[in-house]
Amino acid sequence: MTELWEGLVTAVKLIISLDPEVMEIAGRSLAISATSSTIAALICLPLGAVIHSNKFPGKRTLINIVQTLFSLPTVAVGLFVFVLFSRAGPIGGLDIMFTPVAMVIGQVILISPIMLGLTISALSGVDKAIADTAISLGASGLQTAVITLREARFAVLAGLIMGFGRAISEVGLSLMVGGNIAGFTRTITTAISLETSKGDLELALALGIILIVIALVINLVLNRVQQR
Amino acid sequence: MTMALIETVNIGQKYAGQYILKDVNLNINRGEVFALIGPTGAGKTTLLRLLDLLEVPASGSVYFDGMDVTDNKSLRLQARRRMSFVLQKPVVFNMSVYNNVACGLRWRREKEATIRQRVSRALELADMAEYINRNARTLSGGETQRVAIARALAVAPEVLFLDEPTANLDPISTSKIEEVLAHIIGDQKTTVVMATHNMSQGQRLADRIGVIMNGEILQTGSPGDIFSTPQKKEVAEFVGVDNILSGVIVNRDNELVTIDIGGNLIQAISDYPIGEEVHALIRPEDITLAPRKDASSARNTFEGRIARIFPVGALVRVEVACGFPLLAVVTKRSAEDLSLAVNKRVYATFKATAVHIIKRWN
Ligand SMILES: Nc1ncnc2c1ncn2[C@@H]1O[C@H](COP(=O)(O)OP(=O)(O)OP(=O)(O)O)[C@@H](O)[C@H]1O
Ligand SMILES: [Mg+2]
Repeated sequence: MTELWEGLVTAVKLIISLDPEVMEIAGRSLAISATSSTIAALICLPLGAVIHSNKFPGKRTLINIVQTLFSLPTVAVGLFVFVLFSRAGPIGGLDIMFTPVAMVIGQVILISPIMLGLTISALSGVDKAIADTAISLGASGLQTAVITLREARFAVLAGLIMGFGRAISEVGLSLMVGGNIAGFTRTITTAISLETSKGDLELALALGIILIVIALVINLVLNRVQQR
Repeated sequence: MTMALIETVNIGQKYAGQYILKDVNLNINRGEVFALIGPTGAGKTTLLRLLDLLEVPASGSVYFDGMDVTDNKSLRLQARRRMSFVLQKPVVFNMSVYNNVACGLRWRREKEATIRQRVSRALELADMAEYINRNARTLSGGETQRVAIARALAVAPEVLFLDEPTANLDPISTSKIEEVLAHIIGDQKTTVVMATHNMSQGQRLADRIGVIMNGEILQTGSPGDIFSTPQKKEVAEFVGVDNILSGVIVNRDNELVTIDIGGNLIQAISDYPIGEEVHALIRPEDITLAPRKDASSARNTFEGRIARIFPVGALVRVEVACGFPLLAVVTKRSAEDLSLAVNKRVYATFKATAVHIIKRWN
């Protein structure tokens, strides 16, 4: 018990003193997840608008599949990326296994269904008359999509934040394709899971506290956005 | 022959496999005010959406200014940018009134200075200038309607579509909006196509009226024509001809015919031959009531008892049972002078020329 208490005290000291190792790991986590969220958003916003505004056979099924993939297991994505980029894999020559690039690719695959699904459902929450009004005022297809996204901006933003939240908190994928290499691919979650087993409880606790604070901030922002 | 600005050739539309608009052939001429009138569910909105190129017809073709715009995407966008549409239930974008009205111009890539000037002019026309910085979502129904009108006007459309511009509004907002519309109609050279189920609004604003029922245009013509000489029973009913009597022509003396209405004979002017099954249409305001038979030149006088009396605004509607029910309208004043009351005996009189004869269609 005292061991845990002392560990917590040291962990808080590490955070308050802006310990370089803690800050570096937290910063990398944020950077990798922000990058993958941005890339996923750039894919999912236009794709969501296209799927929303077009009628095609199998649309309902496609949306169902996307929604099923919300809870895609991180290790499954990890395995997929591993097989794809490992030396023996089809594009192993790129040599990106155990780099942040592989982690970003994995996270993009992981969170795209969430962002895409929530973008589509945000758009379908917009009154059909909004698109009709835009079209009748001379908007092109692209201009209509932009104004519809704008009308759904709070719900769309909530979807993007959910995606970021999933990216920063997952561990299985980062561990499998990143490898927890110190100073290179070590992130909050991979550090916690590996340092704990090595007995470095203070570092793990400090990072755990930071992760919880990030989760809290995300939730606060999400609540504010959803109340609009 | 000059080409109409918008022309439809046998257009139809179906939802869920069912035709709700059939073989509509309609010409909208440049500069005219055309009112589409018809009961709820008749297909007015659907037809306007086809004319504004918001929907592609299931059958037939649409021409705009001589171009076939039935399904060519880029031609449709080009044509649509020369028109605008105020929806039946207008919605505003979640942004300021200014930005709402500016949207159409931004989409046309107009210069900011042009936009500023056109937006303020449109808002002034719609009497909404003081709301320019409000978030449009906070406006009342009538204010929203006027912003929607300003937004549609800002793009200086060649054709303005208005779908029930005053439905669900109180009389004061209605007259305010009608004032705005009258101004647009008088001031600009805009072609206006409006849908309404309000016959008198159509009469007040339109040069030409099309009556639509069950997805078919039954009659087009000037408001006067539609009002005084409806060509079908359904149209007659819709424009407020309350007396529609079914009978057969039994005699003819030049153009004066005698019609047997279930044993009662009425006289009218018509070209139809003896034996023709017809409807005799008589507007209630063309019937006069008197306490005794007088020697007027009117050919049709019927004795009857008053079955019902009910006031409508400043007028009184009187139903007289004279072998067939006849509805007359008199002013409150003359109802008092005649001391009309239920069961009182009266003489209902109308001229042969007040009877409009149409062939029975079924
Ligand atoms: N998207 C749709 N799907 C199925 N049926 C539709 C659709 N839109 C319209 N309809 C049907 O088509 C018919 C015509 O509708 P429309 O809205 O054109 O009538 P309207 O004359 O404008 O009526 P109102 O005066 O009530 O506005 C109605 O019976 C309506 O229920
Ligand atoms: Mg309608």
